[in-house]
Amino acid sequence: MGELRRTPIYPVYNAKTVDFGGWEMPVQFVGIKDEHHATREKAGLFDVSHMGEILVEGKDSEAYLQKMLTNDLSKVSINQAQYTIMCYEDGGTVDDLLVYKLEEEKYLLVVNAANTEKDFDWLKQYVTGDVSVENVSSEYVQLALQGPKAETILQKLTEEDLSEIKFFRFKQDVELKGIEHGALISRTGYTGEDGFEIYIDQSSGVDLWKAILEAGEEFEVTPVGLGARDTLRFEANLALYGQELSKDITPVEAGLNFAVKVKKEADFNGKEVLAEQKANGPKRKLVGLEMIDKGIPRHGYDVLKDGETIGFVTSGTQSPTLGKNVGLALVNTEFANEGEFLDVQVRKRTLQAKVVPTPFYKRK
Amino acid sequence: MSLPKDYRYSKEHEWVKVEGDKVRIGITEFAQDELGDIVFVELPEEGDELELDEPFGSVESVKTVSELYAPISGKVVEINEELEDSPELVNESPFEKAWMVVVELSDESQLDDLMDADAYKEMTDSE
Repeated sequence: MGELRRTPIYPVYNAKTVDFGGWEMPVQFVGIKDEHHATREKAGLFDVSHMGEILVEGKDSEAYLQKMLTNDLSKVSINQAQYTIMCYEDGGTVDDLLVYKLEEEKYLLVVNAANTEKDFDWLKQYVTGDVSVENVSSEYVQLALQGPKAETILQKLTEEDLSEIKFFRFKQDVELKGIEHGALISRTGYTGEDGFEIYIDQSSGVDLWKAILEAGEEFEVTPVGLGARDTLRFEANLALYGQELSKDITPVEAGLNFAVKVKKEADFNGKEVLAEQKANGPKRKLVGLEMIDKGIPRHGYDVLKDGETIGFVTSGTQSPTLGKNVGLALVNTEFANEGEFLDVQVRKRTLQAKVVPTPFYKRK
Repeated sequence: MSLPKDYRYSKEHEWVKVEGDKVRIGITEFAQDELGDIVFVELPEEGDELELDEPFGSVESVKTVSELYAPISGKVVEINEELEDSPELVNESPFEKAWMVVVELSDESQLDDLMDADAYKEMTDSE
């Protein structure tokens, strides 16, 4: 194994770290449950600089991205972001990502850390016309400030009116007090809470991290690691690549129909398969499971009906918000109805569970 | 971290406390800290036989599952039922309140293969 990479914020965390896709990332600062509740109730600050950033520009960039991505980019204005999927021809998923429209003919793609190289190679392979694709991941620090106090805290650092930034919109070159570089601030996130994702030149990363913690002190902002990032996104039913999505799972199976626009003109990778799945329903579906017997469903566990395997758990834990043992599972569609009783194979034990609606948590 | 001096320790981070011809078993401070917030403890039933080095239960934190490996062989005569409703005791009091099982010793010589507090501390310091 090669040496683990570290983000520019690494030297100032005091956290337990873990290897995540080749990065030495904080798994927790004070404890997963405390960090989880802090984000739901106050505010959490995340270093997500391991995420990849790929810049796509040129006259033909929109037409090119329309072919690479499943959502309809023509509907997106400058300073707007869109959640979208990149698929293989068989409909399997290369990655899920955010596209930021910076200017006409200039887009920033934010991709999963472990997929950055794969995505970059995949994108380059399809370049035609006036399009340049550049991996600019190492130029950025990305921080996420999430939770009900996020806006109040970040507002202390800037004269720009952050309330003007609506969901999935952003501002560029926002000046922040005492920080050398301007930042791109978007109202997006991966927790199910209100909040922001902030992109800034990597050399200003540590200053921004410290400034947010200081501004947020009176609101009890907490640094949050990947452990709680996972439980937060899981409760909000936000997909994690490698679990809910993979090269063997299509976005339609994962319930991401809103990001798959088969009616758009461009002939994107996977369109035929995805259109068929949307029209006739996929053969398997992602569902929520709540355990009836005592036990916790975990990634990879088999799901059974009458002793026969009919699917598998993609993610599961004890939900810190609900205190219930819940999971997401990809199961054959005939068993995907709410209220259906299924079994989960938890090591040597076969435990009863029930199909329940998702998300497990929705912000009020 | 202070380790009870009169306990024995396994390389799988369990502690063993000898009480006459029985032993009480739990997991160490180091183990609970590595696991993080513990949300579920699965224990054997009274009467079950533990077999040296074989899994006899599991401890689950928010993010992971860790098997419990028997540090000695013997018959389970008592389990800590409090852990069913309060698994967080493992985080709060691993050496006291969060004992997991009491086992009747079947082979006392197995105790000799466990570490004392100093040897265990040395092992965890190097991890």
